[in-house]
Amino acid sequence: MLRLPRFRYFVPRTISEATAMKADSGSGSVFVAGGTDLYPNMKRRQQTPAAVISIGGLPELRAVDFSGDGVAIGAGAILSDLENDSRIREAYPGLAHAIAEISTPLLRNMGTIGGNLLLDTRCNYYDQNFEWRQAIDFCMKKDGQICWVAPGSPRCLAVQSADSVPVLIALKARVLLVSAADRREIPLEDLYRNDGIDYATRKPEELLTAVWIPRPDGWRAAYRKLRRRGSFDFPVLSVGAAVRREGPRVEEARIVLGGVASAPLRLTDAEERLKGRPLDEDSIRDAADAAARPSRPMDNTDFSFLWRKEMTKKYVASALRALTGAEGGRG
Amino acid sequence: MSPPTRVVGRPYEKVDAAAKVTGQTRFADDLVLPRMLHCKLLRSRRTHAILRRVDVSRAAALPGVLAIATGRDLPIPFGILPVSQDEHALCLDRVRFVGDPISAVAALDEETANEALALIEVDYEDLPTIASIEQAVETPFPRIHDYGDRDNFHKLVSMEFGDVEEGFARAEKIYDDLFFYEGNTHLPLEQHAALADLGPDGKLTLWSSTQTPHYVHRALAKVLEMPAARIRVIATPNGGGFGGKSDPFNHEIVVAHLSRVTGRPVKICLTREEVFYCHRGRHPILMRARTGVRRDGSITAMHFQTVLDGGAYGSYGVASTYYSGALQTVTYPVPVYRFDGARVFTNKPPCGPKRGHGTPQPRFALEAQLDKIAVDLGFDPAAMRLSHLQPPSSITANFLRIGSMGLGACIEKVVAASGWKERRGRLPRGRGLGIACSSYICGAGLPIYWNAMPQSGVQLKLDRSGGVTVFCGSTDIGQGSDSVLAYVVAEVLGIDPFDIRVVTADTDLTPVDLGSYSSRVTLMTGNAALQAAERAREMLVAAAGEKLEIPGSRVALAEGRVFDVEDPDKGLSFVDAVIAAESKFGTIGTVGSYTPPPSAGRYRGAGVGPSPAYSYSAAVVEVDVDPATGIYTVPKIWIAHDVGKCINPVLVIGQVEGSVYMGLGEAMMEEMAYRDDVNGNVMHKAPSMLEYKSPTTLEMPEVVTLLVEDPDPNGPFGAKEVGQGPLLPIPPAVANAVFDAVGVRIDEIPVTPEKIARALKARAAGQPARVGPASFPTIPYPDAVRIPTPAEGGDGRARDLAATGAGGVRKADR
Ligand SMILES: Cc1cc2nc3c(=O)[nH]c(=O)nc-3n(C[C@H](O)[C@H](O)[C@H](O)COP(=O)(O)OP(=O)(O)OC[C@H]3O[C@@H](n4cnc5c(N)ncnc54)[C@H](O)[C@@H]3O)c2cc1C
Ligand code: SF4
Repeated sequence: MLRLPRFRYFVPRTISEATAMKADSGSGSVFVAGGTDLYPNMKRRQQTPAAVISIGGLPELRAVDFSGDGVAIGAGAILSDLENDSRIREAYPGLAHAIAEISTPLLRNMGTIGGNLLLDTRCNYYDQNFEWRQAIDFCMKKDGQICWVAPGSPRCLAVQSADSVPVLIALKARVLLVSAADRREIPLEDLYRNDGIDYATRKPEELLTAVWIPRPDGWRAAYRKLRRRGSFDFPVLSVGAAVRREGPRVEEARIVLGGVASAPLRLTDAEERLKGRPLDEDSIRDAADAAARPSRPMDNTDFSFLWRKEMTKKYVASALRALTGAEGGRG
Repeated sequence: MSPPTRVVGRPYEKVDAAAKVTGQTRFADDLVLPRMLHCKLLRSRRTHAILRRVDVSRAAALPGVLAIATGRDLPIPFGILPVSQDEHALCLDRVRFVGDPISAVAALDEETANEALALIEVDYEDLPTIASIEQAVETPFPRIHDYGDRDNFHKLVSMEFGDVEEGFARAEKIYDDLFFYEGNTHLPLEQHAALADLGPDGKLTLWSSTQTPHYVHRALAKVLEMPAARIRVIATPNGGGFGGKSDPFNHEIVVAHLSRVTGRPVKICLTREEVFYCHRGRHPILMRARTGVRRDGSITAMHFQTVLDGGAYGSYGVASTYYSGALQTVTYPVPVYRFDGARVFTNKPPCGPKRGHGTPQPRFALEAQLDKIAVDLGFDPAAMRLSHLQPPSSITANFLRIGSMGLGACIEKVVAASGWKERRGRLPRGRGLGIACSSYICGAGLPIYWNAMPQSGVQLKLDRSGGVTVFCGSTDIGQGSDSVLAYVVAEVLGIDPFDIRVVTADTDLTPVDLGSYSSRVTLMTGNAALQAAERAREMLVAAAGEKLEIPGSRVALAEGRVFDVEDPDKGLSFVDAVIAAESKFGTIGTVGSYTPPPSAGRYRGAGVGPSPAYSYSAAVVEVDVDPATGIYTVPKIWIAHDVGKCINPVLVIGQVEGSVYMGLGEAMMEEMAYRDDVNGNVMHKAPSMLEYKSPTTLEMPEVVTLLVEDPDPNGPFGAKEVGQGPLLPIPPAVANAVFDAVGVRIDEIPVTPEKIARALKARAAGQPARVGPASFPTIPYPDAVRIPTPAEGGDGRARDLAATGAGGVRKADR
C-alpha cells in the first residue's frame, strides 16, 4: 500500500500550546485536523512536512457558539456534527446543505470545517502519486517548473475545491487566525488568493481557530454543486448564492463560484443585476447570463472544461431559483 | 419434468457467508508468515523505451534490502495464451507502457523497499509512442512487439459464413453504422496480492488472489524452470475479480523468485495505481456494423468489423478479437455473416477479459443499431426483436449450437413489468425507456492450451464419520462457486450443504479446474460434482440396499437419511450408510470430470464462441434526462435473465444485480482515459478510485430482476450462466433510452452528459443529432476465410483453403 513518509507528531492540549509548538517547530511543520486532506497528500508526497501538529482533538476548537451575534464555529468542529446541528440547519440551511455535499459520510465523520476552509487546491496533474508525477516530470505546484495545464502560465491554476467556502463567503463569514504572537480576524473572502500554490493568505504560523457567520437577518443562501456522482466527488463547479430581500425586491445579493479558479470567485456583475428587482425568472436569467463570462474553468478536473463553463449559467440560475420560494428554499 | 429438488433451487446461504460478513475471510494480503519479506516493484516512468541501463547497486547496499531482481534474472517469457507469450516478469530490454515493471526489491518492510526503489538507476532511450487505435494503424514502425500479424497489428482475422453479398442483395434496406466503446477496468475492491514461500523441502508455495491458479501454476513452472510438481499454487478468496485476475501476473512470478533467492517468504500487495497498470480490462473497440434487413425487420446479412485497442501486451487479446465477432448470431437469425477483426498494440496497460469478454462492445453496437432499424421501419423495438428470435436447439451461421433459448420469455417479462407498451412514448419530457437483449456463453468450449483432458475435475471423499469433502480446482471469486459445489453434492447425497467441507483452488490438493472465467464454473464444475456425487451415491445405495434388504431402485437419500422409498421409516442414517459402504467397498472416494461437447465449427477461429449452452437476457432501462444540461439519472431497470435453472436464486439475483451495476458504470461514466500530451508520455489520466469514476450506491437504481428458467440439457440440473450475461444489455439499453427520452443518438460508450448536450446542440444547429465515431480507418484485413453455413450444407470447414492460403482445419486459435 501507499505509505506515509516519516514525520514527527505533536499533540498539543490547548490552542496556546499548539501555536507555541508551531513557533518552535518552524517552517517544516503543519497543523492537521481530521487529516482527510493532509494524510492522503502526504502519502502521495505532495506534502512532506517534517512535523505534524494535531489540533483535531482540542475541545476549544470544537464549540459551536450561538450565544453572541450570529454563530462562531470552532475550526475543529466535525463536518457531520455541523451538518446535523439543528440550529445550523434552521439558521443557515444553505450551509448545512453545502457541508452535506462534502465527500462521503465517512470522511465527514473525520473532516473538520477548518480543514475544509484550508483544503489544498486541486488539479489532476497534481493529485497523483509521486511516481505518476515523476513520469510527467512534475509540475510547478510541487517539485517541478512547468504548469502542464497551461504551459505558458506563470502561475499554478489548481482549483479551489472546498464545498463550504462559496456559501460561507456569500453569507459574509469571517475567520479568526491566531499565532503565538498575534491574532486577527478577516473576511473569509480575504483568506484566499487566486494562486494555486499560495492559495491562502494565512501565515504558516497562524492557526485558524473559528469561523464566524453573522445573524441571518433576512439572508437566505443556497448551494449547487456539479460533480460526476452523488457522493465522493469534489466540486468541479459550484455556486454559493445568498440574497437579502426587503418585500419582494432583492436588497443585496452575493454570488460566489467555486471550482473554476484557484480562489472562490465573486460574481459582482451578476449580483448587481439582481439589485432592486424581484427574484424572478427575468432577473435570474440576467444574473445567470452575467455569470458565464467570468467563469473560466481550466482542463484540470473531471468533465470537459467547455461543458463546465456552459454549466455555469445553469447552476447559477438553479441556485437562485432555490431562493425564490417564500421559505427561501433549502439551498 | 425433473424430480423435485431439496437443495438446488433454494435460497441457501453461501457457505462462506459468515466469514465474509464477520470480516474473517483471509485474503492474500491478510496472510503473514514468520520472517516474511516485503516486495515492491519499480515500474517504468517512460511509455516506450529501450532500457539502456538498470543499476541496482546503490539499492542493494541499503540496509534492510535482502534481494533485488531485474529482467535478466527471469528471462523466459510467459503469457496466458500459448500464441502470445510476450510478457516478462520484469522487463528485459524494453518498456512498453508507464507502469511496466523493471525491477523488484525484497526488504524487511515496505518502507525500506520503497526507499530502495528510489535508489535504482534506470537509463531509458525513448521510442515513439502509440496512444490510440488510429495511431497504431498509421504507425507500422517501430513495432511494439516483433511478433503479431503485421506492423502493430497483433491480430487480423476475417471470416465469411455463407454468401454475404447475396444476403445483402436480398435486403430491402441496409444500415451502416459506426460505434465506439471506450475501455474500462474491473475495479475489484481487493488489490492484487501474492505471498510466496520456498519451504525447507525445496517446494514452492504461492498464495495469490487469482482467478486461475492452474494457469499461474503453469507460468511459474515455465519461467522459474522448476518442475510443476514442486510448485503449489493456492488461490485465496478473491475480493473481486471480474476477469482482472485471470492472467498470470509478473508480481506473482517475482515474489516466487525472490522467495527462492532469499529462502524467506515474500509478499507483495499492489497499490491501487498498480492495479490500474495490471488492467486486462475492457478493450476499447471501434466498430462498423453493416446490416441488411427486410421490411419485416428480419436480418438478411451482417458484416461486422472491429478494431480493438489491445494495449501493450497480448493477454487474452487473440480470444478477445474473435469474441468481438462471435456472438452476434445467437440472439436473432443472421443467415449469412461476415466478420473482420483486428487488434492493435498501443503503449498502454494491456487489455484483456472483463465480465462479458469482448462481447459487450459488439452487443452495444448491434442492439443500438437494431433500435435505429426499428424506429426507421416503424416497429416497436421490443416487438421487432420478439418476432425474430434464434430458435432453440438450432445451429447458427457460424456453427454455434444453441440449446435452450429463453430470450422470448425474457423480452415478454421485461415488457410486462416495465409497462413498456403503456408507458413508452407517454412519459413526461426528458423521460425515456430503452430495451436491449443479449446472450453469453456458459464456458468456453475449448481450453486455453490445447489438451484432451477434462476442463474440470472433482474428487469426493466420504469417511466413516459421515463427513463429505469436495475437492475441486475452482476458485471462488465471490460469485459463490464453493457454495454451488456444496449444493450440488448435498442435493445428490441428500444431506445438508453446511455439513460438507469444500476444498478448492489448491493445485496440490484439488484436481484441475481451469479457473473462474468465461462463465464456465457452475456448468462445468457443477457437472463434474454431479458425476462424482452420483458415483458416491451408487455406492451408498448398493451398501444400504444390501443392509435394508431392498433393491437399489427403492433406496432414496434425503434429509441426512438413506431409506426405503416405499417405507420411509425403514432406513439408515447417512453416517451408517457411509459406514456400510466403507465396509463393503473400502475407503470411499469418487471422481467426476467434465469435458464440453465438441464444437460444430472446424474452421480456424472456431475455438471462440462455442459453448455447452447460452444464457439470454433482456433489459428495459428508464432514464430521466435534463435537456438543458444533458445530465441524466437512471431511476429504474427491469432485467430478465434465462439462467436455465437456478441452483440458488439468491445467488443468481446477486449476480444479475452486480452485472447491472457494472454495466451501468460502463454505460454512464467509466473510462480508462489517457493523456499523451505530457513529457512525451502516454499517461493514465486517473489511476485512483476517486478519479476513475464508477457509480456509487446513490447512482444505483432500483433493479427488478425477473428469472426465466429454460433448462439446458448440458447444464447441471439445467443450469446456465449468470455471472456475465446480464451486464450485456445494459449499455445499449441506456443509449436507446436516451434516444427515446430526448431524440439523440449517442453511438459511443460511455453515454455522458457532455455527449448528450453536444448532440442536442448539434440538433438545434440543424446537424445530425448524434455523437459517435465519424470514420473507420482502413484496416488491412486479410482475405476472408469462407465457410459455407449449415443452411448451405456446410460441414463447419472452410472452403477454398488454397485460394486464401489461410485457415483450414488447423487447431483453432484460442
Ligand atoms: C476521497 C475524498 C473526497 C473528498 N471530497 C471532498 C468534497 O467533495 N468536498 C470537499 O470540500 N472536500 C472533499 N475532500 C477533502 C476533505 O475531506 C475535506 O475538505 C475536509 O473538510 C478536510 O478537513 P480535515 O479536517 O480532514 O483537514 P486536514 O486534512 O486535517 O487539513 C487540511 C489542510 O488544512 C490545514 N488545517 C486544518 N485545520 C487547520 C487549522 N485549524 N488551522 C490551520 N490550518 C489547518 C492542514 O494543515 C491541511 O493543510 C475529500 C477528501 C477525500 C480524501
Ligand atoms: S495547475 Fe499547473 S502547476 Fe498547478 S497543479 Fe496543475 S499542472 Fe501543476
